[in-house]
Amino acid sequence: MNAQTATQTATPNPQLKSGSNLEKVLAAGHFAVTGEIGPPKSWRAEVIRKKAGLLKGCVDAANITDNQTAIVRMSSIATGIIVMQEGLEPIIQVTCRDRNRLAMQSDILGAAAHGLKNVLCLSGDHQSFGNHPGAKNVHDIDSMQLIRMFRDMRDSGLFQCGEAITDGGPPLFIGGAANPFADPVDLRPLRLKKKAVAGVDFVQTQLIYDMDRFREFMKKVVELGITEAVSVLAGVGPLKSAGMARHMRDNVPGMRVPDAIVKRMEGAVNGIDKDDKAARNAAWRAEGIKICIEQIQEVREIPGVAGVHVMAIEWEEAVRSIVEGAKLLPRPVLA
Amino acid sequence: MIVAEQKPVATLKEMLRGKRKILAVGCGTCVAVCFAGGKREVGILAAALRMATELDGARVEIDEAIVQRQCEYEYIDPLKDKLNQYDAVLSLGCGVGVQTLADRFQTTRILPALNTKFMGGPTEQGVWEERCQGCGNCLLDVTGGICPITRCSKQLMNGPCGGTDTGGRCEVDKEIPCAWYMIWERMEKLGLQDELMEVRPPKDWSTSRDGGVRKIVRMDLRKPDPKDFQE
Ligand code: SF4
Repeated sequence: MNAQTATQTATPNPQLKSGSNLEKVLAAGHFAVTGEIGPPKSWRAEVIRKKAGLLKGCVDAANITDNQTAIVRMSSIATGIIVMQEGLEPIIQVTCRDRNRLAMQSDILGAAAHGLKNVLCLSGDHQSFGNHPGAKNVHDIDSMQLIRMFRDMRDSGLFQCGEAITDGGPPLFIGGAANPFADPVDLRPLRLKKKAVAGVDFVQTQLIYDMDRFREFMKKVVELGITEAVSVLAGVGPLKSAGMARHMRDNVPGMRVPDAIVKRMEGAVNGIDKDDKAARNAAWRAEGIKICIEQIQEVREIPGVAGVHVMAIEWEEAVRSIVEGAKLLPRPVLA
Repeated sequence: MIVAEQKPVATLKEMLRGKRKILAVGCGTCVAVCFAGGKREVGILAAALRMATELDGARVEIDEAIVQRQCEYEYIDPLKDKLNQYDAVLSLGCGVGVQTLADRFQTTRILPALNTKFMGGPTEQGVWEERCQGCGNCLLDVTGGICPITRCSKQLMNGPCGGTDTGGRCEVDKEIPCAWYMIWERMEKLGLQDELMEVRPPKDWSTSRDGGVRKIVRMDLRKPDPKDFQE
């Protein structure tokens, strides 16, 4: 049996590469919504089930981060299996920081055996940001090569070394990340083009606060023909406070937060007593959600944007209000 | 060249605990040029250690020596005759120098005074930067003469990660210029950006440290082995 027929027997629709819910939603032309779940720093499943419950029905699939910010957490594949048991489709994040090509390939075969279909290929935050700064990093292959490796596994049924995978390639829907705002800005659409050539099926962008810059980016992305083959999901996320807005503007590499957004967050607590922390937090969060909803409405109007990726890590409760506020509920249920 | 720096005096003092007399041996090549283990540094470090150990009431007697290249047997062999007077040799050579001494003089304790840091060069007065990791398969032809294996914090081969900060600084540290930002600029200057659009396949790391300990044998330079001429 060759790889092609293996993929076809694994998915009912021969047009689909993996048959994942996310892929189906995008293929049917719906404006997709993805979310994000950070696995716990523990071995207990309850917290994952709770978070999955908050996102279920609000998003088409949820990213499961892979030792995000280089802090050790439950593995993304293990967490993804629990999330799937809860009726929410996971997107397994894979970073190049922690695993070499042997581990990545064996992990993805295991993930596919468990029925996980979506993967997101990332370089990974540097270990110096995390809780094991003395760790040795791997970076055997980079995110571009990871995309290509998974694509070749799926489409050609081959391991990276060129040997055939017994029983053909695993059904995968392959994702990547794009940052429209990092320097050198001219290179960013081209880098996305390169990911398309490498074989990516969908990308999620860095959090967008600077709409003008994002519009320019998307214009080039469409011109380059990338959106014909790749679904671009715009990254959005609710700000929790004015302080968070300032921190992201000033300290987070590769992030652009315009002053107007910071001012809006600062203005949200006007007239509220400085000592009334609860009221201030509530006002900030309400404004954060409001801005996020407006941003989703804005990105929906931008040509080439196929969906949104809502990042509300450790604030999963906000996702329903945001998706509902953006009039994206109920989510499509596809056979 | 190989760039190194001295270990802290406190660490060396600890290393010398219990020794009465040692020989500090510098090297006249790389570590002399980066001011870590040349003749002058041997003198200064020896004086500092004499003083430090004296303050502790256990002054170590330190003699000084310098060899032109600590990494080659023929340069270190002349040290042999005097080594029996010492409890240990403190090498101010790089890691290669230390091991060459240890290989050659197997009954003498050889101690490292330096931390060998990297292969690189001076970029400003008093500043040395890493340039090569010795991966064994140079790719500088396709990256505009800037090595991403060495100078990108994530050893990316296909362009920058999403963390490059404004002005082209690496996400890991604002002091580190982003290798891929530089490569992009350089290739732009050369009119070769299109070349960066090619997806580079995974690197074969077997030529690097991952392939095991490396060795080069040049048959053209080998002394003929008499055995080869036997019928
Ligand atoms: S910011 Fe530049 S140098 Fe630093 S890890 Fe990313 S691509 Fe590499």
